[in-house]
Amino acid sequence: MPKDFLKDTAAAYDVVVIGSGLGGLTAANILARDGLSVLLLEQHYKLGGMATWFKRPGGHIFDISLHGFPHGMVKSCRRYWSREIADSIVQLHGVRFDNPMFSLTTTFNRDDFTQLLTTDFGIELAKVEQFFNTARDMNFYDDQSLTTGELFEQFFPGREDVVRLLMEPITYANGSTLEDPALTYGIVFSNFMSKGVFVFQGGTDKLIKSMEKEMRNNGVDIRINCDVQKINLSGGKIASVQVNGKTIRTRAVVSNANLRSTIFNLVGKQHFDKSFAEQAEEVRLNNSSTQVYMALDPDDSIPRDTGDLLFCSTADRFQTDLLLSRDITSRTFSFYYPDTRPEGKERTLIVSSTNAHYRDWVGMEKAEYEASKQDLIETTFDALEKYVPNCRERITHVEAATPITFEHYTKHVNGASFGTKFEGLGVSRALPQQIPGMYHAGSCGIIMSGWLGTINYGVIVANDVINHLSTTAGSPTAVTP
Amino acid sequence: MAPEEIRTVIIDILGDIAPDEDLSSLDDAVPFRDQLELDSMDFLDIVMELRKRYRVQVPEEDYPALNSMASTVEYLTPKMADVVAT
Repeated sequence: MPKDFLKDTAAAYDVVVIGSGLGGLTAANILARDGLSVLLLEQHYKLGGMATWFKRPGGHIFDISLHGFPHGMVKSCRRYWSREIADSIVQLHGVRFDNPMFSLTTTFNRDDFTQLLTTDFGIELAKVEQFFNTARDMNFYDDQSLTTGELFEQFFPGREDVVRLLMEPITYANGSTLEDPALTYGIVFSNFMSKGVFVFQGGTDKLIKSMEKEMRNNGVDIRINCDVQKINLSGGKIASVQVNGKTIRTRAVVSNANLRSTIFNLVGKQHFDKSFAEQAEEVRLNNSSTQVYMALDPDDSIPRDTGDLLFCSTADRFQTDLLLSRDITSRTFSFYYPDTRPEGKERTLIVSSTNAHYRDWVGMEKAEYEASKQDLIETTFDALEKYVPNCRERITHVEAATPITFEHYTKHVNGASFGTKFEGLGVSRALPQQIPGMYHAGSCGIIMSGWLGTINYGVIVANDVINHLSTTAGSPTAVTP
Repeated sequence: MAPEEIRTVIIDILGDIAPDEDLSSLDDAVPFRDQLELDSMDFLDIVMELRKRYRVQVPEEDYPALNSMASTVEYLTPKMADVVAT
């Protein structure tokens, strides 16, 4: 008989959280800490969603999305998780750019960028200050008609090199483009510029394990290998979820699944107003990614000044469509030195990431797909050679992930690696007005994306759920499993 | 609670949220954001703390009322009239 992953669950919970990305995990933790009974359901065998890792023979542990997040993460982890988790956050000092326009290394904060822009790029200080202040003062409820491209044109007309410096890392961090609303850029860029780029020392595995421990202490009922099939309504309100053949009653649902699959697959279009459903149909998914994971021979190492994050490109110009093209000219290399996991084995790992279209990878025959993956690996070696000489001989393990891989593990529609575009945020926020008790927390709208964005969005939504449950009469409350 | 007690409560919550800030020279008439390094998550935390400590609900549409100390105290005074100071 197959293992029952729902053994001894309660008949009812105050809240069911679907999906254990950082948004789902954080919402579950806050809700349980507030005294609510919480069931967390994850379809995969591991918690974390895109905040994940995998192990390979030889003691290699690859991180998918660890590099890097803004300093705000320290505060969020301290408040919504624990001091222990917050205390493991450390700064990455070497952010490198190398492209036909310029080559430089920066700590990626306001002081250093001001220095670079005024000296290397020859922009007057007042202009730089004005740009930083404009970006910092942007709010998510601001006018959306101004695009990021137009914002740059206002401040740095004709300066494609400046645009590249300002935009490339943010595109890597959250998939945003020059055509997206300027406010989404301003908010994320300013978050980074306040102090620089940070990382969790000990690796993603340590972070997720620490979070799991914290959730258990707070009483979250955590279940893996539990793929929710349906969210059931009764009288237009949340009634239960159907999972692994079992129906579990609940007063509220927080879905950390992709916004579109939450609405159209888990709930069903027929349960929403026609105009809301149409609005939801219009929500564009963010792009997917490809990654190449490389492990150096355990006895080998690379010098620290190779950098932590390297934005490299052979394209003469910076263009959004080039970033997504199958003909890759731009890559972001993450160098993970042995101090990524001070308690682990001494390993040097390199992960190359590129934004990609799902449509360029779907529907291939197996042989063609494998050949395309191999080509991705070979071209990545070609690009890496400049920074890690003889890399082909020195790398002892290599493999690639494509949009199909991301779709397989996260079940995100089209393997989307940054949720949805900005219009998704309004739809996500409006869900509970459509169906009382139904919430969504997860990467949407770029500003609620990335590790910090999604954690904070989990808190915002948990706060809404607590308000909702405290003002509605609760029948199946606080049932101890 | 009287307005001055509510002010003490807010100072206490701010002390937890922004431990590095000097709150002794806070100007009640000036927006918090012009004097302290607070972001939108900090304001949400103030709301969550008020609910946790005193069961006071602040709906999202009322968040602008938390702009300065003076406006916050004015907004909370009727809501916290029956709360007994501890």
